[in-house]
Amino acid sequence: MTQEFPSIQGLVCPVPLPHQDQILLGHGSGGKMSHDLINRMFIPPFDNPSLRAGDDAGVVQILLEETTGKTATGRLAISTDSHVVWPLFFPGGDIGRLAICGTVNDVAMMGAQPRFLSAGFVIEEGFRVDALSMIVASMQAAVQEAGVEIVAGDTKVVQKGKADGLYITTTGVGIIPSNIEIGGARAQPGDVVILSGSIGDHGIAVLAARGDLGFETEVQSDVAPLNYLVQSMLQCSQRIHVLRDPTRGGLATSLNEIARQSKVGIIIDGVRVPVKPAVASACELLGFDPLYIANEGKLIAILPEEDADNVLDVMRQTRYGEGAVVIGEVKDVPEGRVLMKTAIGSTRVVDIPSGEILPRIC
Amino acid sequence: MKHLSEYRDADLVRGVLGEIKRTVTCPWVIMEICGGQTHAIMRYGLDQLLPQDLELVHGPGCPVCVTSLELIDKALAIASQPGVIFTSYGDMLRVPSSGNDLFSIRASGGDVRVVYTPLDAVKLAYQNPEKQVVFFAIGFETTAPANCMSVLQAKTMGLENYSVLVSHVRVPPAMKAILSSPHNRVQGFLAAGHVCAVMGYWEYPPIVEQYKVPVVVTGFEPLDILQGILLTLRQLEQGRAEAENAYSRVVTFEGNRKAQAIIDQVFTDCDRKWRGIGIIPASGWCMRDEYAKFDAEKRFPVSHINSEESTICIAGQILQGLKKPIECPAFSGRCTPENPLGATMVSSEGACAAYYQYSRR
Repeated sequence: MTQEFPSIQGLVCPVPLPHQDQILLGHGSGGKMSHDLINRMFIPPFDNPSLRAGDDAGVVQILLEETTGKTATGRLAISTDSHVVWPLFFPGGDIGRLAICGTVNDVAMMGAQPRFLSAGFVIEEGFRVDALSMIVASMQAAVQEAGVEIVAGDTKVVQKGKADGLYITTTGVGIIPSNIEIGGARAQPGDVVILSGSIGDHGIAVLAARGDLGFETEVQSDVAPLNYLVQSMLQCSQRIHVLRDPTRGGLATSLNEIARQSKVGIIIDGVRVPVKPAVASACELLGFDPLYIANEGKLIAILPEEDADNVLDVMRQTRYGEGAVVIGEVKDVPEGRVLMKTAIGSTRVVDIPSGEILPRIC
Repeated sequence: MKHLSEYRDADLVRGVLGEIKRTVTCPWVIMEICGGQTHAIMRYGLDQLLPQDLELVHGPGCPVCVTSLELIDKALAIASQPGVIFTSYGDMLRVPSSGNDLFSIRASGGDVRVVYTPLDAVKLAYQNPEKQVVFFAIGFETTAPANCMSVLQAKTMGLENYSVLVSHVRVPPAMKAILSSPHNRVQGFLAAGHVCAVMGYWEYPPIVEQYKVPVVVTGFEPLDILQGILLTLRQLEQGRAEAENAYSRVVTFEGNRKAQAIIDQVFTDCDRKWRGIGIIPASGWCMRDEYAKFDAEKRFPVSHINSEESTICIAGQILQGLKKPIECPAFSGRCTPENPLGATMVSSEGACAAYYQYSRR
């Protein structure tokens, strides 16, 4: 063995790997890699104002010609979402309920009442019909709960091994009432940030169902349709500026998206963000931050402080909003950033994750 | 979460912070060895709350960051081979080598799997007798007992298809290398609590004696870290240099003797190349000859690989506390977690990643 200690000059480190030649799992994480891919690959060729807005659903103006010869305009919110969750069944839900709720919620986050859905199924050869039937029954229940209709569908079967059981893509359309203006770019300094309940439930429930935790947990996915919650909020206040459901990438990613779209700073109070003890424990053990874990039945609302108490009251009377709390406020600065006050009195930056969320190793 | 929230209690934290402020009378430079501590410091914003006179520099204690390029290239070469299931802790997948990483290998069809423990890799070997299962054993002393156990278990089970790519590094030789450097600024160390949970802290009194620096075994919660800082400062202010334990709820002087015996049974000391630093004498562990058949470097012909680093990144200086991430011209501009120039930006425990995530303003 050598005896000399090394010189500490001339230290070097590796060249970057931008991962622009090949799609990695991280490109589907909802974090920076996803944003980069969308901005590089998909926005330029299809560029239009609805797409560029970068909201949960695209908003389009339509012209309605009535029989009297008069014309009227209206706005539609349109969203599409592919569901590839594994396993297909997890505590609190399954891919079917997720496929309905995911799209219903994206449409509802524009203030629209979701009305019609389409559903496309990609099924792997050999898939059990009894499992498919359970998933369809779950979709039916979710459709009824959300008050929407599936009006078109498609079924494709691929060879064994060419898909992982079942993928479902749903597209949803809803009508935005004329007095409602909601979008990610509308947050204003002085607004407050409301969260409808505890975070991280869905992500941890799915991880547990995968057997990836190495321990058991009672956490259930929060997957739920939020359109009636949104409706009751809008009946209470027409001044809600932003609604967003923090799915992939979690609360941290959604707040960062809003801060960038609205060119504002968002300051949240870490102590006020609700996290169930079982979710907090699982995150502690695995080195995850609940701020980055996916939700499927929660929403963020940003609105003027004057309306906050009334909206909170209304939310708390609903099934999916009973845990609603104010978690923070919107400021002028730092523009495009999210900060969090910690329990011990310091402030830290809450950033968007880059790619896959990885467990820390020690 | 019981027995955890107490160590994040705001009132207790304020109490220790007050004590620290009363103790400091002049500038001091303290290094926290462990990447986990760096992360906690940034995550809880402890650096904002400490007196200006106190400078915390971040040590080489992130195993992902210090694993040598040559070993990562070997890992990628093994993981690319057909018939291999390559298992690793998650953080390692992003670390770039001479032009590739495990993410890309996986996307190109390599069977790369994230495991939480090497015993899961042993299980994979048992379940897939037709495949070669390799575990990438990176880490400090903390992860060594489990990695050794996996070898012993594979031997007991008679597995012929399990091997380990050993990349173990050790804390005390790295501390000596830092202290021996003519550029050293570190005046006191927060020793890594989890390393000491395994190894105890009997290795530190000789270092304290030779270099006259305080070494305080420190945990990972805000209160633990502040307590470690306070004990280090008291020693510095009083002109003492001792090996002290601020993490006694977990660490004893002797450490975990059973774990140490298992390590000694399977591993032996060796020189180890640290990324960004170079070869540090006797700073690593490698497989004993008796267990050579479980050594992935011997099982797979990977000795011919040429490795080449670029010269843009100052991660090496950051790893040794010579510079802070924000002093790097590439920090947060050309170099971000999704486009990392250096290992310290790659790992979630890396100092640059911690700075980027929590304190970029």
